[in-house]
Amino acid sequence: MKYLRTTAMGMILSLSAISFTVADEITIATVNNGHMIEMQKLTPKFEEANPGITVKWVTLDEGTLRSRVTTDITTKGGQFDVMTIGMYEAPIWGSRGWLEALEFGAEYDVDDILPAMRGGLSHDGNLYAAPFYGESSMIMYRKDLLDAAGMTMPDNPSWGHVKDAAAAMTDRDAGQYGICLRGKPGWGDNMAFLTTMANSFGGKWFNEDWTPDLDSPAWNHAVNFYVDMLTAYGPPGSAGNSFNEILALTNEGKCGMWIDATIAASFVTNPSQSKVADKMAFAQSPQAVTTRGANWLWAWALAVPSGTQKKADAMKFMEWATSKEYIELVAETNGWAAVPTGTRQSTYDNPKFKEAATFDEAELKAILSADPSNSTQDKTPYIGVQFAAIPEFQAIGTAVGQQMTAALAGDISVEEALENAQAAADREMRKAGYY
Amino acid sequence: MTDKQILEWKNRFAVAGAWLVAILFFFPIFWMVLTSFKTELQAIAIPPLLVFEPTLDNYTLIQERTDYTQYAWSSVVTSLGGTALAMLIAIPSAYAMAFSPTRRTKDILLWMLSTKMLPAVGVLLPIYLLSQKLGLLDTKIVLVVIYALINLPIIMMILFNYFREIPKEILEASRMDGTSTWNEITQIVMPLAWGGIASTALLSVVLCWNEAFWAINLTSSEAGTLAALVASFSSPEGLFWSKLSAVATLACAPIVVFGWLCQKQLVQGLTFGAVK
Repeated sequence: MKYLRTTAMGMILSLSAISFTVADEITIATVNNGHMIEMQKLTPKFEEANPGITVKWVTLDEGTLRSRVTTDITTKGGQFDVMTIGMYEAPIWGSRGWLEALEFGAEYDVDDILPAMRGGLSHDGNLYAAPFYGESSMIMYRKDLLDAAGMTMPDNPSWGHVKDAAAAMTDRDAGQYGICLRGKPGWGDNMAFLTTMANSFGGKWFNEDWTPDLDSPAWNHAVNFYVDMLTAYGPPGSAGNSFNEILALTNEGKCGMWIDATIAASFVTNPSQSKVADKMAFAQSPQAVTTRGANWLWAWALAVPSGTQKKADAMKFMEWATSKEYIELVAETNGWAAVPTGTRQSTYDNPKFKEAATFDEAELKAILSADPSNSTQDKTPYIGVQFAAIPEFQAIGTAVGQQMTAALAGDISVEEALENAQAAADREMRKAGYY
Repeated sequence: MTDKQILEWKNRFAVAGAWLVAILFFFPIFWMVLTSFKTELQAIAIPPLLVFEPTLDNYTLIQERTDYTQYAWSSVVTSLGGTALAMLIAIPSAYAMAFSPTRRTKDILLWMLSTKMLPAVGVLLPIYLLSQKLGLLDTKIVLVVIYALINLPIIMMILFNYFREIPKEILEASRMDGTSTWNEITQIVMPLAWGGIASTALLSVVLCWNEAFWAINLTSSEAGTLAALVASFSSPEGLFWSKLSAVATLACAPIVVFGWLCQKQLVQGLTFGAVK
């Protein structure tokens, strides 16, 4: 009997000890980008500092992540406690009450976050997602090829100058192409780039009464310029190229210029990935009739869905991963060239970062010059540089992107593509009840 | 040219054609395995590299970043579980259809098969909501049930064809001796159609193993299969081909070995019992 009682007591004590040590588990959905992978590797440091919390990761490709987190958040599935979302989703979901509004303590130094990033991830003055890394777009070019062509690249070039430079650097027989640009259809693929181009040519997605503006002369001019230039000086198969395809071409030394996300600068200057790492230089995105909206603004940010049961733990993790201390931790582990950029002013003020990253000035200038609330020549009713932050935009952007790809591939004329795009956008907007 | 020589030439052409088809089918697998031993820079090289210094870095990285055994175990459990559940439903159903057919039997079979034409994404939301309400999201149970249901039409069709080839006289004789339906299925039909049942089960295991849509959409951190692991290695911003090839090689390896060991039965299953 005594033996039984002792055993029972022992079991109770062991179980209580287990219940004390069992940690709360938070699940985080993310994409497979380099900075996110690094965050996963460094998570044990967070768990050490917060013994009550363990972190589980779910890594998905970008499209699946979007559909999974959208399904989860709309059905209140509670599958994820922290979500990686973009600048497009944050204000829309925040306005619908799907995300927790963020409040940070003084030590987090929220004022250190770049104003453009804070603005893009907020709605009605409330921040709904904390930027993990941010980006704009800029020109990444081969200085050696441009020098050999006897040309220079001003810091703020015009589209005309870029076209001339592309012509000078093209040598098709040697497999050398003057310019590489996105062509693959998608609101986040070709349309991210083409929207910035149309902005600089004076175009916009919607007029003030929400009617689409894709049949305007500005769009016509911009898309014709894009198709002509890429057909003459771009690589074959441009209609299938997006970020990764062009990154591969650039790293192989095939592209004279590439206008894309500033994050690419860290890849093309990395000798372990790029054959032309020491030959790359940077300039601001080209402009045409206006300086507004020529370069995009994007952030991969962490947000806490309002359906989570583990809000406090989720907030703790998000605060850690987007803090200044985290950036310093990455620097200690992998060096300053590998830190997530585009989020905090203190990163760009750090002399060690300035020394390690040759693209720091161009990147910061691009991010600071992008203004989602003032990105077009004429006044518009929407927020966003390379997108319009309305729920209908994903469908419209992708439908328009398909038309632009068809024009680039030569299947239809630019005029026909824009006519179809206008009709598709008009249909969606009418269906959604905008007019 | 004599008839013998013509026959020889025909044979040579047939062999050459078979080799060509085999190479065409095998090449993507060969290229995937080859790329898995390259660095990212070697993987994107133009022209593509056939000779290079191989590296095991991609495999090391996968071991560091993920729990391969957890994903592999999920694949094993859901594939075998889904197949077992499907067979449990399909064997008695196919038995009934093969030995007690009605005027509508073939129509029903065709209707069942037509459900395979429905795009999976069309029923994603109801199934997601149902799984959520039942607390089955991110569990192996939900995948077992889904896999059983999505493979059921094909399994039924194959088993129906196998069962139909069993002479009815044998069953009639057993009924004369007073055999129950249960004994008829377990002691007469199943032993006679064992080859067909085994090859159908093998085919179902392969189909379950390769299924990605439901695995990606209904699981997160606990019940993800190898297909979900492979999908997690694609990246919107950054090179990932060699890493993706390595994880795809690891995901394919068990089922390729399994398929190789059970080649004969699999071919029999794929030909719907036509070659007998």
